Amino acid sequence: MNLQVHYGGIAAVKDISFAVEQNEIVCLIGANGAGKTSTLKALARMIPSNGEIRYGEQRIDAIPSYKLIGRGLALVPEGRGIFARLTVAENLAMGAYHRTDKAGIALDFERVYGLLPRLKERADQVAGTLSGGEQQMLAIGRALMGRPRLLLLDEPSMGLAPLMVEKVFEVIRAIAMEGMTILLVEQNARLALEVCSRGYVMESGTITLADSSTALLADSRVRTAYLGE
Amino acid sequence: MDILLQQIINGLTTGSVYAVVALGYTMVYGVIQLINFAHGEVVMIGAMVAFSVITALAGSNLPPLVIVLAGVMAAVPACMLMGFLLERVAYRPLRHAPRLAPLITAIGMSIILQHLALLVWGRNPLAFPQIIDNRVFGIGGAAISSVQIAIILMSLAMMAGLSWFVYRTRFGIAIRATAENVHVAGLMGVNADRVIAATFIIGAGLGAVAGVMYGSYYGIAHYTMGFNLGLKAFSAAVLGGIGNIAGAMLGGILLGLVEALGTGYVGELTDLCTWPMAHGWLGERCADGGHFVLFGSNYQDVFAFLTLILVLVFRPSGLLGERVSERA
Repeated sequence: MNLQVHYGGIAAVKDISFAVEQNEIVCLIGANGAGKTSTLKALARMIPSNGEIRYGEQRIDAIPSYKLIGRGLALVPEGRGIFARLTVAENLAMGAYHRTDKAGIALDFERVYGLLPRLKERADQVAGTLSGGEQQMLAIGRALMGRPRLLLLDEPSMGLAPLMVEKVFEVIRAIAMEGMTILLVEQNARLALEVCSRGYVMESGTITLADSSTALLADSRVRTAYLGE
Repeated sequence: MDILLQQIINGLTTGSVYAVVALGYTMVYGVIQLINFAHGEVVMIGAMVAFSVITALAGSNLPPLVIVLAGVMAAVPACMLMGFLLERVAYRPLRHAPRLAPLITAIGMSIILQHLALLVWGRNPLAFPQIIDNRVFGIGGAAISSVQIAIILMSLAMMAGLSWFVYRTRFGIAIRATAENVHVAGLMGVNADRVIAATFIIGAGLGAVAGVMYGSYYGIAHYTMGFNLGLKAFSAAVLGGIGNIAGAMLGGILLGLVEALGTGYVGELTDLCTWPMAHGWLGERCADGGHFVLFGSNYQDVFAFLTLILVLVFRPSGLLGERVSERA
């Protein structure tokens, strides 16, 4: 699988190019406003962009956002984007909205509840009453319900207490172990680089560094700018 | 006659019509935050289409119930098509326009539809043919007619059906999800255009039945009837909390009751001859059981709009609404 984004017009993200291979966990790190979220939104066709986006063999830059999940691409949006007035179970059911295989959906409900037992306890609760961490779990679980082949995660640690951040990243690791391809956008560079195999560093709309996680963790520029050393 | 019970029965009847019409406003508002001011006119067209069909069939040998059903069956798809076209032609091109543009368009569409109806059905009020024998039953000192019973039961059935659809079916959940966050619903594979079109079509279909019920209750159909009915149903939706489906139902029923009870008691309450302090200067007029009524039952429409004003002043988010509406 290849994924390429070239931007022409928007100032937020300028002519970047990167790729995620199958079964790989790649992260995109950078400061606030570097263009990370814009990049993910453009990938999910939530905002218009110029350039070419490839997913597998096909170009996806001309298809509407709602058709992407059918092709196996799911985004867990920044700020979680759960449906606060729907119940937890209804949120998960929405994740499987594009699917018609009832038996498979029932199976995935069990799988997600197994991975995230808190959600099972609160299945009939309105999602707006969940804590921030639980909402993040719900957003991830909801994306998994769509049986994606590529999972885009936008700032999963945002606004969470350190203990909760750890739990969320445990879940991300567990999903990765199952062979999911993940593109992770994170401000918390250390956490991100610890779960990823490769990383890209974004600065004011361009990619300035691209290397393996171990190399990035050792890079003096990354250490001073993003790891606070 | 027991005025209280009688007015409760009358209020439940008109209130359930308001509730069904209010659902059309609130569903559309919930999804695209637009007040579709042309909705009242869609309801009016429903009444008009049913009137034409029922009048045309009235001379035939068909059983009366079949004729009325035929009228409803013609009105519902006609209005659904109209709701669909309204969204396609008037609102969809303005989806990303400044907020005021679709609102003004809605008012424009309302005027256009009214005048289309004027051209087709003429300027005079049309008498709804009374082909069903309207039997009146007495309960506890009040009267309830078979038309009233039919209206209340049908409205309840429609509200129950809609609730089931919106809360229990896959597409219904998608409608509620879209109402909350259209972009995230899109990520789940929901085609927002289809959801938006569906809310217009469903609202118009419910409105068509409401139009037939309203027309047969008052025995009259007129090209301006949608205006007043629409405004009251809109008030009901605001009362319940615009965008909230259960709120529209509750608001409609409550508004009908407020209106009926207000109308029933306003004469008695504003009869100055019952106010001791007024006796001095009204002495003669009140002698021998005389009356000096300030506001009679012709002030009927005041109550609905008074309620709207009170809600907007004291609880703008409505009885069941959580969000304060951002535009009106």
